[in-house]
Amino acid sequence: MLLLLAITALAIAWLRDLFAAVMLAGIYGLLSASFFVSVDAVDVAFTEAAVGAGIFPLLMLAALALVGRNEQTAYRRPLISLLLVSITGAALVLGTLDMPAFGSADAPPHNHVAVRYIEESPKEIGIPNMVTSVLADYRSFDTLGEVVVVFTAAMGVLGLLFTGRAASPGSATERANMYDHRVLRVVSKMLIPLILLFALYVQFHGEYGPGGGFQAGVIFAAGIILYAMLFGFGNAQRVVRPALLQILAACGVLIYGSVGVVCLLSGGNFLDYSQLLPDPLVGRHVGILVIELGVGITVASAMILIFYAFASATVNSEEVA
Amino acid sequence: MLTVVVIALLVVMVMALSRALLGPTIYDRILAVNVFGTKTVLLIAVVGFLFGRPDFLDIALVYALINFISVIGVLRYFEYSNDRHQGDNP
Amino acid sequence: MIALLLEGVSVLCLGTGIFLLVSGGVGLLRFPEVFSRMHAAGVTETLAASLILLGLMLLAGWGIVMFKLLLILLFILITSPTASHALAKSAVHGGLGVDPDRNETS
Repeated sequence: MLLLLAITALAIAWLRDLFAAVMLAGIYGLLSASFFVSVDAVDVAFTEAAVGAGIFPLLMLAALALVGRNEQTAYRRPLISLLLVSITGAALVLGTLDMPAFGSADAPPHNHVAVRYIEESPKEIGIPNMVTSVLADYRSFDTLGEVVVVFTAAMGVLGLLFTGRAASPGSATERANMYDHRVLRVVSKMLIPLILLFALYVQFHGEYGPGGGFQAGVIFAAGIILYAMLFGFGNAQRVVRPALLQILAACGVLIYGSVGVVCLLSGGNFLDYSQLLPDPLVGRHVGILVIELGVGITVASAMILIFYAFASATVNSEEVA
Repeated sequence: MLTVVVIALLVVMVMALSRALLGPTIYDRILAVNVFGTKTVLLIAVVGFLFGRPDFLDIALVYALINFISVIGVLRYFEYSNDRHQGDNP
Repeated sequence: MIALLLEGVSVLCLGTGIFLLVSGGVGLLRFPEVFSRMHAAGVTETLAASLILLGLMLLAGWGIVMFKLLLILLFILITSPTASHALAKSAVHGGLGVDPDRNETS
């Protein structure tokens, strides 16, 4: 499996046709997710499936539509950069030699806080999926940081690309529908509600199985992007307005942060959910649910916004040309 | 029996990967990615079965969804850019 | 008796699935031209996937696992032919016309 991974990575670097490189990147995502599955890291595999194999190629393609598909950089000093990369790689490999053997019982991560998390988590929080409890409760501050990073990234892309002008229907975007994909449209009409429903299942099932806000947001966004691709960006923007999305993206972060403030007000630490309700266990459940909701909303609207930004930039550049 | 299925799936995945690497036209690569995705769905379902972890089926389901969406996305993009640069040879 | 029968049917399904899977893979690798490769992969893929999932379903017995497998099966049954269709259509439009005389070697 790792061998396949290495071959794919080499091929990506080697290919000059960026389009084929994106296709291989999709395969890379699928492969690494299978790898995570085989080492039993279900949640990570889930994220890799949704992000690495789904959203990432789509966004890359949207970017490619903007810049054209052939690599144009001339490599001037390949030797020096090759040397630099080899040295860095060697240093990293040297670093791994110092690490304890894979899966050995006395490795630091197995002795430090992980033991406590594994032993106490069922008692303290009472939800079956330990990854969710670590992510959303013990490490909730880190997760807040990640959500803010996603939000900031979306805002940055918007600031660079988004013109706010909705593509008028009948313009260049609609012309992309020239090969009238009737079969695709009918099938997608059947599938899109299913996809959105499944995203909600992942969102609210995160305590019991693999999943949670990040993955659900990405799946939701993928459903909307499918609609945008098949029915035109103009139509999609009329269904899900960019202005609404901007507000929603901010609201998600706001929900997360205000949960923390509410905890603070009711006498606990920041993001200490056990203060939310009289029963600390139920309070923690509610807290995790609410912040996962915030994460999901932010991720979904950020992804759709980035996609809109690329799409509208492409359309505008074409109209100018 | 399940082990045999896993091995067969891996072999076919290698075949699809080499088609994606060789593929003279872009459609070969898209086809290979599509086949690869379906095989990954099956692989995850069978491996989940082998390990007795039914959680894996959720991941397989996500894969089935995502695979379809990304193939459609690639096709849409490709038609669109072909439309823009006429004579852009695949 | 029933259990034995179920297991036998499931092994039969899985075996046929493996055969179709491998033949599809060989076709994908060896056929000389885009459309025949598409044919090899697209035709075998749906049936192989459904047979393997069916075999797993028979092994699983009633329950949530079977329901999820059924969901995946339905999903593959819907999406896989659609994706093949869209791919072939866009290949035809993209300048790779179907030409019976063409005999390109890969």
